[in-house]
Amino acid sequence: MSFSLVKRWCETPLLRRVLQFKTYRRKILNYNMTYTLLRHRWMKRLPVLSSSFKMISTQTDKDAVDLSKFPADRIRNFCIIAHIDHGKSTLADRLLEMTGAIAKTEKNKQVLDKLQVERERGITVKAQTASLFYNHEGQQYLLNLIDTPGHVDFSYEVSRSISACQGVLLIVDANQGIQAQTVANFYLAFEAQLAIIPVINKIDLKNADPERVESQIEKVFDIPREECIRISAKLGTNVENVLQAVVDRIPPPEASIDDPFKALVFDSNFDHYRGVVANIAVFGGRVKKGDRIVSAYLGKTYEVNELGLLRPDEHSTGKLFAGQVGYIVAGMKDVKEAQIGDTLYLQEQPVEALPGFKPAKAMVFAGMYPMDQSEYQGLRSAIEKLTLNDSSVTVQRDSSLALGAGWRLGFLGLLHMEVFNQRLEQEYNASVIVTAPTVPYKAVLSSAKLIKEHGSKEITIVNPAQFPDRTVVSEYLEPMVLGTILAPDSYTGKIMSLCLNRRAVQKNMLYIDDQRVMMKYLFPLNEVVVDFYDLLKSLSSGYASFDYENAGYQAADLIKMDILLNGRPVEELITIVHRDRAYSSGKAMCERLKDSIPRQMFEIAVQAAIGSKVIARETIKAYKKNVLAKCYGGDITRKMKLLKKQAEGKKKMRLIGSVEVPKDAFINVLKRKQK
Amino acid sequence: MFTLTLKFSRVVNKRNGKWKIVQILVGSSPSSFLQWPYCLRRCSYCNFNKYISRDNNDHMMTECLQKETETLLQLSQVSCVTSVFFGGGTPSLAHPSTVAAVLETVSGQASLSEKAEVTLEVNPTPVGMSKLEDFCRAGVNRFSIGVQSLQDDDLKILGRDHSSRQALQTIEEARRLCPGRVSVDVMFGRPKQSVESWENELSKLLRVCDDHMSLYQLTLERGTQLFKQVQGGEVTVPAEDVTAEMYQCARRTLHQHGFLQYEVSNFAKHKAVSHHNMSYWKGRQYIGVGPGAHGRFVLPGEGGVAREARTQTLEPDVWMREVQQRGHGTRRRIQLNHLELLEEVLVMGMRMTEGINHKHWELFSPQLSLREVFGRSTDVQELLQSGRLILDDRGLRCSWDGLALLDSMLPALLVELERQISQRLQRDHHTDGQTKKTSNPR
Repeated sequence: MSFSLVKRWCETPLLRRVLQFKTYRRKILNYNMTYTLLRHRWMKRLPVLSSSFKMISTQTDKDAVDLSKFPADRIRNFCIIAHIDHGKSTLADRLLEMTGAIAKTEKNKQVLDKLQVERERGITVKAQTASLFYNHEGQQYLLNLIDTPGHVDFSYEVSRSISACQGVLLIVDANQGIQAQTVANFYLAFEAQLAIIPVINKIDLKNADPERVESQIEKVFDIPREECIRISAKLGTNVENVLQAVVDRIPPPEASIDDPFKALVFDSNFDHYRGVVANIAVFGGRVKKGDRIVSAYLGKTYEVNELGLLRPDEHSTGKLFAGQVGYIVAGMKDVKEAQIGDTLYLQEQPVEALPGFKPAKAMVFAGMYPMDQSEYQGLRSAIEKLTLNDSSVTVQRDSSLALGAGWRLGFLGLLHMEVFNQRLEQEYNASVIVTAPTVPYKAVLSSAKLIKEHGSKEITIVNPAQFPDRTVVSEYLEPMVLGTILAPDSYTGKIMSLCLNRRAVQKNMLYIDDQRVMMKYLFPLNEVVVDFYDLLKSLSSGYASFDYENAGYQAADLIKMDILLNGRPVEELITIVHRDRAYSSGKAMCERLKDSIPRQMFEIAVQAAIGSKVIARETIKAYKKNVLAKCYGGDITRKMKLLKKQAEGKKKMRLIGSVEVPKDAFINVLKRKQK
Repeated sequence: MFTLTLKFSRVVNKRNGKWKIVQILVGSSPSSFLQWPYCLRRCSYCNFNKYISRDNNDHMMTECLQKETETLLQLSQVSCVTSVFFGGGTPSLAHPSTVAAVLETVSGQASLSEKAEVTLEVNPTPVGMSKLEDFCRAGVNRFSIGVQSLQDDDLKILGRDHSSRQALQTIEEARRLCPGRVSVDVMFGRPKQSVESWENELSKLLRVCDDHMSLYQLTLERGTQLFKQVQGGEVTVPAEDVTAEMYQCARRTLHQHGFLQYEVSNFAKHKAVSHHNMSYWKGRQYIGVGPGAHGRFVLPGEGGVAREARTQTLEPDVWMREVQQRGHGTRRRIQLNHLELLEEVLVMGMRMTEGINHKHWELFSPQLSLREVFGRSTDVQELLQSGRLILDDRGLRCSWDGLALLDSMLPALLVELERQISQRLQRDHHTDGQTKKTSNPR
């Protein structure tokens, strides 16, 4: 799913990790300690330049920014991580105001959340960067704030952001305490060995209990309670202390201006006029307008047209120096040219490339089809535009006999998928049919011939119609996730039975205080993608939070289930299911089909079958009478219209044997249930 | 060949807390259909064009009906009217003199033969019954009585304003006046009705009825009070399987009593079929007169050759104003093209048990025979094989079982008709474009 997760996997076996989470010891809490960033151990730690600087007289004097006056030790790169709604973006607003990046007005609400979907859902989808100037003890500092998405689905973005940072602000709601994503985000930062500053937000709330949250933090993360900063981002209370802590506790980036220029592309956006706008972290040297730079990934050379800081709007500075974070426009016309994780260097000074990121791996797949085939082109261009700025979505052309031409899209997770749909609808006004999500299964092939054909022993199955037969497979694998659930202990029983129903195995359970329990379960991903979260929320009256991280693949007893209409299989309804779930999902599909196929002149058997064995059946009874009672001269126009409409509809029906199936029936069965 | 349907739409007149209705329908061959747009009250299942009139405007309504009849008959250049149907609405609320006046107008414009069928729809209320004789004198020679049910409770639920006893008396009086020419309308699939109670009701009716019966399944129409009650769960109607059983059971019972089914909902003994209604199903021309009436006829007066679908203005007040201003209240005129005409001929014709015979089809489609249109389609073949549809030397028709499922078969037939006609058009177009070297090898 992300660089750090993948890397983590290689290093620690799953089980050990799971059992260990409590015993993680914070090794690098003391900010006075000199510490080495393992991720960037290729970088030598050099003495910081200590020339004298002319202080910038006013913080808002943007035009006077001379970045050469900010050596690495006056720079702090940090991000804010938090569970949804714990106030991350509000704190970012305050930080921007206090440092003069934006004017202080009532209207500053989630300034960094630019997308409509972000404002509506109160989440951050796309990481944003803002450079702040902060005066501390007579010194001017350049603080680079990278606002990150809070949800695990976007942890790809989180880990990308983290790679450009040396420290994080871990926000916890003083009322809600530690939630599932707090835990997930903590580990991302912890394993990247970043300095972690716990911030307890919303202390102004009536039910705020910062003491309790502090002890949770102490217990779960092993961070001394004294290190927590209690604030109210909404009212601005104690936010100044946060800025001081950023300077005091987060180490400066280890980067030397004397090294050859070397920068990490950690994000990119697409602008229709200028092409790619890449966000970079400069790990060494300097770069200026007019320099010729090379992409290590493609080996292509570009000329720097524009570069500068993001405050959070682009602010051209003409130069960027070691340790700084900013944007660069260099005539890249295709977003694929700005590969995230790529290294940029000067043409005349080649350097060894940074290790970069493994591409995000799609874990949830769904078919997307235009409502009407005439809208195909429009939808295609909307999807293309949207994926320009979200390279984590994989796009594959697909077609369905029932729904026509479309795509199979891969997403990092469910929220990612929902957000993508919502953006498609809101920003591009596209109406789409989205099929129920599926997960990528794998099969280990046993037939030598097939192995040769596929070029590997293990194949990934995204389209259920391509599920290889049991006879040529030694085992099937399904993707697993390690889920973290936090909830008040009164719901433990219900949650445990829900998890058991979802084939989950409990790995751990911990009281984080006298009322709240943290549970870890190993889930088949398939069991959580559809409605798990909704059920969890409803059975816990909204108090439980859930998050997951990928946990590799496990052998599973998977089978292919056919749906038959009067004995004929329907290709687009083939489903891969776990043997234990075959009956319930087969029954559910039959029921949905029964409700959406209109009655016909003959009886229709709707069956779910595994191989030749029928496991569920519904019957659509034949029409016994279907004729309008009264039909004389007066109302014939209406009657003719209705019949003509039916005749038109008949042409569009998909014929399975002699059963006519309207497109709506497929949509009803395949699409996600609306919440 | 032409049916005049003079149509009165209904107006419900609220006076002293009581609803007053007047309604007319007229039909001819060309039939005409006259609609009287007034009702005393709204039936809970009815979404028909009907109104509650504010004033006593019977006189003006009569004048307007006469005027529109005159205008439309002139436009159609019809020489002979074969049937007139007064429907609506509740035409029995109209004054018999209105009926007489309209019929006089018809005779003034075209010949209305002695044998012409002149039907009036009757609400079996004491008032309706008392006027039957006067209606006969005015020229009505056939009554269609809206009995609907013989259960008083059901009549209440349906919002009818008569009792079963009054219905029986009205049938008796009508039979006395027009022996052998009285029809009874009954409804099944009513709230709480069972197959058994339906059978009992039918036997009771068979003892008192004349030679014609129309059985309609209650259709829940959007916007009606009954629809809302059923949606809201206050009232339940029998399931589809039950109403299907009621239909089949009625067909059997009536058959046993000598009633031949000649259309989906119509049964007659002693050949007492409704000629007026037959002309709809046979695709003949008709003129619709009155608010909201529909007509289908050619206007040779305007140089027309194609048939027009004409719809009269719905609201009685507006309609009357239009008639006064320009002689008729036609709101919409749509020319039916060849395909549309054939579609109507097919949809209407298949409702008859005799279906569409080859000769009849040829009248409308001289180029493409029934066999040419439907003989090749695999969908149609399947229907033929299932025994629900019959295509033989007589023509195309539904089997006994097939008739109950007609609406499931029509889409397939319409698809095939459209395909064949458009292919035919393309072929003609194609051969027209070429020099006529050889004769068409078809």
